[in-house]
Amino acid sequence: MSEALRTVVVPLIYLLSATLFIFGLKRLSRVRTARAGNAVAAFAMLLAVVGTLLELGWIDYRWIAAGLVAGTVIGAAIAVRVPMTSMPEMVALLNGFGGAASALVGIAVYWVDVAEPGATGTAAALLGGASAVTLVLSVLVGAVTFSGSLVAYGKLSGSITGAPVRIPGGHALHVLLLAGTLAAGVAWCWYVAEPQGGTAVLLGLSAASLVLGVILVLPIGGADMPVVVSLLNSYSGVAASATGFVIGNYLLIIAGAMVGAAGLILTRIMCVAMNRSLGAVVLGGFGGDVGSGAQTEGAGAYTNVRSTSPEEAAMVLEAAQRVVIVPGYGLAVAQAQHAVRELAELLEKRGAQVLYAIHPVAGRMPGHMNVLLAEADVPYDRLWEMERINPEFRNTDVVLVIGANDVVNPAAQTTPDSPIYGMPILEVHHARTVFVIKRSLGAGYAGVKNDLFERDNTLMIYGDAKKVLQDLVAELKAAQAAA
Amino acid sequence: MLMGPLLIGLYVFVLACFVGFEVINKVPPTLHTPLMSGANAISGITIVGALYTAQTAEVTVSNVVGALAIALAMINVVGGFLVTDRMLRMFGGRR
Repeated sequence: MSEALRTVVVPLIYLLSATLFIFGLKRLSRVRTARAGNAVAAFAMLLAVVGTLLELGWIDYRWIAAGLVAGTVIGAAIAVRVPMTSMPEMVALLNGFGGAASALVGIAVYWVDVAEPGATGTAAALLGGASAVTLVLSVLVGAVTFSGSLVAYGKLSGSITGAPVRIPGGHALHVLLLAGTLAAGVAWCWYVAEPQGGTAVLLGLSAASLVLGVILVLPIGGADMPVVVSLLNSYSGVAASATGFVIGNYLLIIAGAMVGAAGLILTRIMCVAMNRSLGAVVLGGFGGDVGSGAQTEGAGAYTNVRSTSPEEAAMVLEAAQRVVIVPGYGLAVAQAQHAVRELAELLEKRGAQVLYAIHPVAGRMPGHMNVLLAEADVPYDRLWEMERINPEFRNTDVVLVIGANDVVNPAAQTTPDSPIYGMPILEVHHARTVFVIKRSLGAGYAGVKNDLFERDNTLMIYGDAKKVLQDLVAELKAAQAAA
Repeated sequence: MLMGPLLIGLYVFVLACFVGFEVINKVPPTLHTPLMSGANAISGITIVGALYTAQTAEVTVSNVVGALAIALAMINVVGGFLVTDRMLRMFGGRR
């Protein structure tokens, strides 16, 4: 009975689990079925855990139970508490934990089979060549995923600077470190025969992989982090798949490979939406859109730029019948979503129509602006998508561009040699007056000059988005009181 | 033709990659973040590997490391699926 359980029932449970993962992932990629798909995938995971526990049979469960309970409690607690605006960094953090788990499984397998019995011989001889090689891969990829995700988490949550951090040595250091780690892996598999040496090499390899993850992500700017998180997500799938090879479990190989492939596709889709190549993202150096030193570089390129003050802008807004607000990454950075809603309500009270124009990649996190404005209780029907709002700009009195740049650059339509040429944009330049609230005349995330700023109907308002919006609200209120 | 487990594993790996590519085709931008989060939760499948490594009662390096791996994978799984559901609930409620 017990034998049939292990050789027939459990593998069938794994097969069912793998099938449900495929169904779940498929449903997750369509809006109407996404929530059900997530539930199906969660059930598949439950099946996988139950199957494994059945396979293990009657063993001592205290360590397993401790880990399961601790993980469930912590995971549920942070998932319930995290605010909607922090979702991007939350995904990064959870992804890092998955990577760390894969790396730790590799290390634990080595301890169980080699270090604790004190066996003498190379890892390839003791574990089998295939297991030894994939163990190195699961530790390497898992550790890179872990430390890289933590850096991405820091950048997204603002505890590490969003600006690209230059690493002395640059890409040469990456290549050197990766080559060294792989060489250590080869030595560990086939050449190191005594247990102490093997342990030291494996731990050194883990430490080097952690450093590699950090220096790979640090040079990449904050605006590119969602792409990086997507890529690291793919890595964590690969790490899980490698773990599957180590322990000879096809379910892990299947689920890990699917996540790896899906992560790559998502990464590619996001790059295409930003009109950027994956190589350019990974090589880093861009994306310091948020008050970084790189921001001032573009200022000299502008000749005909006019700026104005909140007082003057308030007077124009007072007379406006239709106002369209274009939120961008800067709005999120300044946490100005409540201030913008207050301004919109004031204008509506004066009889104006206020709409929000949402670009598909505004904020560099799809759905980022929707989540942000929903948090400030902006009614959902005021949020118009690009295709719907673009014809309306011709009949718009005032457009307020708040912390957005490349998504409103007319060069994407008019200048064929511009790097962003072909990227779909919000055609705000057709409106009567465009106010651009921005910290300075810096180049945007794509590093290109924005022709919009030089248009005759564009006026810049320099300053922090939240501060400027609050000034506008104060001016409008003062005017109202005077009237 | 007889194949060793490694070769079978490679066959399975390659085919599963194609399944992943095929399944995630033409995803609407609104779903990028939830899908990333959902796929991330699935990568917590490494929990299965973690469960193999802590099978005895003694306080050993492998048991401690294994239990830590189980806890981390479980945070990834539970947190990942719950967070994804929270996001999708918001999108779903609005359609």
